[in-house]
Amino acid sequence: MNGTLSLKDRTAIVGIGETAFGKAMAQSEEQLACIAIKAALDDAGISPSEVDGLCSLNMENVFQHDIARDLGMKEVTYYSQMPAGGHGGCGTVGHAAMAIATGQAKVVVGWRSRKRSGRASRVWAQLEQRIQGSRDTWLRPWGIIRPVDEVGVMYTRYMHEFGATRDHLANVALAFRGHANRNPKAFMHSKPMSREDYFAARWISEPLCLFDCCLETDGAIAFVVTAADRARDCRTRPVYVHAAAQGFDGGSAILANYFTADPMRSQAATCAKSLWRQSDFRAADIKVAQFYDAFTPEVFFTLEGYGFCGRGEGAAFTEDGGVALGGRLPVNTGGGSLSEVYLHGFNMITEGVKQMRGTSTGQVEQADCCFVSSSDLGPTCAVVLRN
Amino acid sequence: MTAIPLPYADDPDTAGFWDAARERRLVVQRCKACGHCQFPPHPFCAACAHAETEWAETSGRGSVWSYGVAHGPTLPGFQDLVPYPMIVVELEDHPHLRMVGSLVAAPDAPINSVAASAIHIGMPVDVTFTAVSDDITLPRWVPRASEGQRP
Repeated sequence: MNGTLSLKDRTAIVGIGETAFGKAMAQSEEQLACIAIKAALDDAGISPSEVDGLCSLNMENVFQHDIARDLGMKEVTYYSQMPAGGHGGCGTVGHAAMAIATGQAKVVVGWRSRKRSGRASRVWAQLEQRIQGSRDTWLRPWGIIRPVDEVGVMYTRYMHEFGATRDHLANVALAFRGHANRNPKAFMHSKPMSREDYFAARWISEPLCLFDCCLETDGAIAFVVTAADRARDCRTRPVYVHAAAQGFDGGSAILANYFTADPMRSQAATCAKSLWRQSDFRAADIKVAQFYDAFTPEVFFTLEGYGFCGRGEGAAFTEDGGVALGGRLPVNTGGGSLSEVYLHGFNMITEGVKQMRGTSTGQVEQADCCFVSSSDLGPTCAVVLRN
Repeated sequence: MTAIPLPYADDPDTAGFWDAARERRLVVQRCKACGHCQFPPHPFCAACAHAETEWAETSGRGSVWSYGVAHGPTLPGFQDLVPYPMIVVELEDHPHLRMVGSLVAAPDAPINSVAASAIHIGMPVDVTFTAVSDDITLPRWVPRASEGQRP
């Protein structure tokens, strides 16, 4: 990829900002968004008046024009939203990089703000008496209601095809909890978990138990992207957007991937092809990674989809601490959605930046790049960050 | 009984499926040009991009492709029934087509009438139909009688 339109290392994340993470927080989602965005801009040393691009998820309740008004932004020339919620987080980084590389904007902010404690935040609980669309119509009348139901049924099949077990799910939950125990900001920082704790947890949707599910937390996270030459003048060490991709194929479905020809094929395959085509780093070169982990089984599909292991080998990859610090590929070194905070994967982006700055509480010293992905049980996206 | 979420019976893409279900027939969509069958139904044939499709009746026989067991908290319409199994059925006539369903002990039995321990992947099942509103009849599935007692 040496064409003029390559994104490689042309932009960098120069600021990150986070609110506190908690439950039933006092602030509104709009207040939380402003706190995180201002913190990210302060981190970079850039004034809100210089921001001319805003990227978010389509599930975001805080509108870009509210953000611009609240923080005193002047002329916004690029804005976009990624579809499909947690499947789109890394796409906001990609859109920011593309907007800057093509001259649409100079300073782009991406953010996610959410109060999970609000009832309105549970999409599945908002179903009307009459439903529409291919996802709801062919699942809900038979009681597949929540995302956890959709993923649980997928994992029963995965276990059947590949000989995986609940112990493999526990490997993921325990590894990420261990990372959270090192991270003072993590919601589960002071709560160690044993394998016995995992197996004692109540069912949510068999074969998934409470600790296979992400946290229900409030908070906001933001990041700032600008051009590489400008980045070198910012307060922080630039973290370059080395590669950014998004993708799905024709059979793609969100979480409940039951109807396609080969449901156990990771839906990340299309995105992975685009990402690795752009990247100087290969899967085998990656020494630290941040995966979307709303549910533990997603980690296996990501490992397989991006070529960190072969098809059906994702579960076994987690054995002997495979995804824990010190293992073959440390994943979610801040605790992830399972144990740090659930903000549709935006903490994966900021944890990736921390790794490249050398400031993670689960620092992987030898890492020269960090792989970050969004939920790949559906249309997905990923980035490679480097320092 | 608290209501469960149901689709509109008059959606142009799916009405034929619900019309057939009210007549206790299980159908899939078939392309009028190339004969490709697809489910869930949608506009155009995914194999040849032809716009005209028709509804093809199936034998209503299948096997369990995967399953799970929902525990609460969930929607009010389902909360009183937890834990209940959820199944995905692979159709015998069209092994590449799958449908989400409920496994019930008898045609009008509740969706928690089969114990999860009695379900296994590959288990043969037959379609049955339950009218849940004036306009929607849901296909559900019962264990195939000839299956008998599993060891």
